[in-house]
Amino acid sequence: MSFSATEPSIRTKWFAGLLVIGYAIVTLIPLLWIIATGFKSPADSIAYPPVVVFEPTLEGYVNLFTDRTRATEQMLDDAGPPTTWYEQIARDRGTVISGPSRYGERFLNSVIIGFGSTALCMILGTMAAYAFSRFKVPLKDDLLFFILSTRMMPPIAVAIPIFLMFRNLGLNDTHLGMILLYTAVNLSLSVWLLKGFIDEIPVEYEEAALIDGYTRFQAFYKVVLPQAATGIASTAIFCLIFAWNEYAFAVLLTSGNAQTAPPFIPTIIGVSGKDWPAVAAGATIFLVPVMVFTILLRKHLLRGITFGAVRK
Amino acid sequence: MAQIRIENVRKDFGSFNAVKSSSFTIEDGEFFMLLGPSGCGKTTTLRMMAGLELPTSGEIYIDGQEVGQKPASQRDIAFVFQMFALYPHMNVRKNISYPLYSQGMAKADVTRKVSEVAEILGITEILDRPVGGLSGGDRQRVALGRAIVRDPKAFFMDEPLGALDAEFREHMSAELRALHDRMGATTVYVTHDQLEAMQMGDKIVVMNHGVVEQFGIPQQIYDWPATKFVAEFIGSPPMNFLEFNGTVGKGAETIELGDASFAIPRQLDGVSGALTLGVRPEHAHLNDASAYRGEVVAAEYLGTTQIVTLRTEHGRVKARIPSHVKVREGERTGLDFDARTLTLFDATSGRALRSDANQEVLNHG
Repeated sequence: MSFSATEPSIRTKWFAGLLVIGYAIVTLIPLLWIIATGFKSPADSIAYPPVVVFEPTLEGYVNLFTDRTRATEQMLDDAGPPTTWYEQIARDRGTVISGPSRYGERFLNSVIIGFGSTALCMILGTMAAYAFSRFKVPLKDDLLFFILSTRMMPPIAVAIPIFLMFRNLGLNDTHLGMILLYTAVNLSLSVWLLKGFIDEIPVEYEEAALIDGYTRFQAFYKVVLPQAATGIASTAIFCLIFAWNEYAFAVLLTSGNAQTAPPFIPTIIGVSGKDWPAVAAGATIFLVPVMVFTILLRKHLLRGITFGAVRK
Repeated sequence: MAQIRIENVRKDFGSFNAVKSSSFTIEDGEFFMLLGPSGCGKTTTLRMMAGLELPTSGEIYIDGQEVGQKPASQRDIAFVFQMFALYPHMNVRKNISYPLYSQGMAKADVTRKVSEVAEILGITEILDRPVGGLSGGDRQRVALGRAIVRDPKAFFMDEPLGALDAEFREHMSAELRALHDRMGATTVYVTHDQLEAMQMGDKIVVMNHGVVEQFGIPQQIYDWPATKFVAEFIGSPPMNFLEFNGTVGKGAETIELGDASFAIPRQLDGVSGALTLGVRPEHAHLNDASAYRGEVVAAEYLGTTQIVTLRTEHGRVKARIPSHVKVREGERTGLDFDARTLTLFDATSGRALRSDANQEVLNHG
């Protein structure tokens, strides 16, 4: 195959640009639709033909964060006039707010379990990857293959043994249990990805640090880790996205205490009719942490900090 | 500063034997060259001295202390890597000060020490630059700075000029030697470049296949090689070998080569069988009166001298002669050798035979 070294023509660039923009629009439409639905009224959300221009309301968000009961005349009289904007919105629908919903709690569970397992996965993953990359580990290739082989079937295929194991260990419906589970699932990916990144770091840097009077572990975290930042950042994003979005195990293994947001969001629908705006609002808020995390780490993804320091 | 002593050091990597039982001593303040072709075990030997590899067996003494199994961080030595290995996430100043922080030195002392070193190396104005954009020479200086900043017991350098352009190398090697003389530090320097080794070194160890072939000052090694390998590896063009079968009696002062007879240094051992006569190109002369004949095959003009290649009945001989001498290809001429510079080798073992001239060099090596 041959590649032309000349600059592509203006027309080619335009065409390529349009193609990319077109593709981006197609993939972004569902996302934009979810975000828009969160601000619709229930009627607008199921209108046919679908409405694109609508009067935005925060009703979906109010419904997401509150539990409400249908108000009788008696109750409205007892409650007096609404004192807050969100109570006003509930009243307009003929309901009164009976308390906060469990969404906040579920969301917090997702944060604890998602970021907890990502952090654990990074700690174990970098150390294992470093060992595989630098030391003579007996049966290294076999071990690496074994680690990878844990991902050769969908994790949910082992749901029943895990369920029984968790029940015996008392890990059912606990944060620790879910953190360990997601760490176990992600670890193979993180070890493999990180090993690749660490392999790329010339061993001379650590040797220089050893000579400079640092211990092996100091050399690892003062010299190797900063240079593996790019790899650690991208691996962490992969791990977080998996743990954050995981649904099947969360349904199976969590209920009252450690339930994460993904199994909770669909339950919003059943409380009072088809409350699509509340579901969409839950999904929108659920997207934010992963987006923020990715944006924060983006500069690490793009920066090649080892460039030029070693001549090859 | 310190003396370094290597005793019967051996290194195996699995079933591969990288260094076989090496022994030598590097005196305090010496600029010491480890010379050999790639894969000869010189870098492994250096890394064992530095503690980056642990010897399979044998002892290493630095400053009288046995350190063979100690990690690098406890040996108080500095190492300059071929690829410099500057920490890419730190600027020049942090790179140079990094070894001081591991010793827990106070911040003010570190700053003073770093500016001192930067002054010596002429890199004061780049101290706050990141290492990524530096030129090869500046990186080299920063790497040296990181090495000298802590006044270590010894400097170890693994082909430190290997990554530089040829032009700049010359300049840097002079700078390095000057730096060494100024600091008076024991320096062990690995190279595969025999010219570099002879130019810079106080002493040279020549290694091949994990074995120390010879150990001594550059001129002794050049003049009186202990083995055919050393004779060939050092010198450009290398020593000429004339292969012949013959007998050399104890005390013999001549050898017969075809019809000709050559004077040689008085031999101390009697040998017969396959022998090799070693002649440096500058010790071979064209002399039409000589009984030993050769045919001119080629002449390379090198400015003040020329290298003339002759075909003789014992193989090709290269002679370095003044460039004003006219030679024609195909011409037959006589060949003479400087008697007091010749070395005889046992062709099968490759070892030099002892004579009056080289016995002193061979005995101490």
